[in-house]
Amino acid sequence: MLILNCPCCGVSGEETEYHAGGEAHLKRHSIGSTDDQFEEYLFMRENPRGVHLERWRHNNGCGKWFHAARCTQTLEVFGTYSAQTYEPPKEIKDAISAKRPGWTWRTFS
Amino acid sequence: MSNAVSALQGASYVDGIADVTEFGLRGMITLRGDLSDKKLIKAVKSIAGAMPGMRSIALEEDDGAAWMSPDELLLMVPHGDVASTIEGLSKSLAGTHFLAADVSDARAVFEVSGPKARDVMAKLAPVDFANSAFEKGMFRRSRLAQVPAAFWMNEQDAFTVVCFRSVAQYMFDLLSVAAQPGSEVDAF
Repeated sequence: MLILNCPCCGVSGEETEYHAGGEAHLKRHSIGSTDDQFEEYLFMRENPRGVHLERWRHNNGCGKWFHAARCTQTLEVFGTYSAQTYEPPKEIKDAISAKRPGWTWRTFS
Repeated sequence: MSNAVSALQGASYVDGIADVTEFGLRGMITLRGDLSDKKLIKAVKSIAGAMPGMRSIALEEDDGAAWMSPDELLLMVPHGDVASTIEGLSKSLAGTHFLAADVSDARAVFEVSGPKARDVMAKLAPVDFANSAFEKGMFRRSRLAQVPAAFWMNEQDAFTVVCFRSVAQYMFDLLSVAAQPGSEVDAF
């Protein structure tokens, strides 16, 4: 069971109050992109054992989307942060580094 | 004009550890906009007496304003006053980006009251209902069993629960079963 803190309404709620929205920080390639980029956007997903960045929605609450950084192995949540960002903020990266030194996820580390 | 009735027309369950009552008609308005906007704050204050902070509710007799999300409030007025309230909002918020919609008939309102009301609520929602964690003046959107709901405390041992009208019967059955005799948990 995950316990996530919604950064939009401040609720500390358990998993069933939220809905997982898939991988975070995807670039939505569409018109003007190459076939390879479009394929990457449509089909290529990370499936890590360890640190993962995801989108979540507080569907039984304020209804807002946000990002969460967690570990898929231990279900430890490193932190949640705003959906309006292209990469995790420094404090989230630091929080992950403190627990999982040397972590990488796509282009982030 | 058709005769407006609430979903369960005031059904109640009084044989259990807490009383469950359907509240009847209540005027509700969804107000979306910039909650830090001075015009909006003034308009809300004129209706509910105060501007609710994050996850809280401001109540003044039959009127109220509840914080639904960072850009949404739920305004409550008597059922007959909805149209005039929306008209007033449209005037006072003219020129700002906002939305005021009448959702009165899309909702059902219940009251769970009695000394064991906390037990009943705690059985159904993944929310901390300890006396120190959930108090009067707080407003929480969550779920009760399988349906979304919002709730707050009216009195020390009375909760008001708001859900979608389409699940009113489910909500009533759910609360009644959770309140059946002999089902005290005595967790609080």
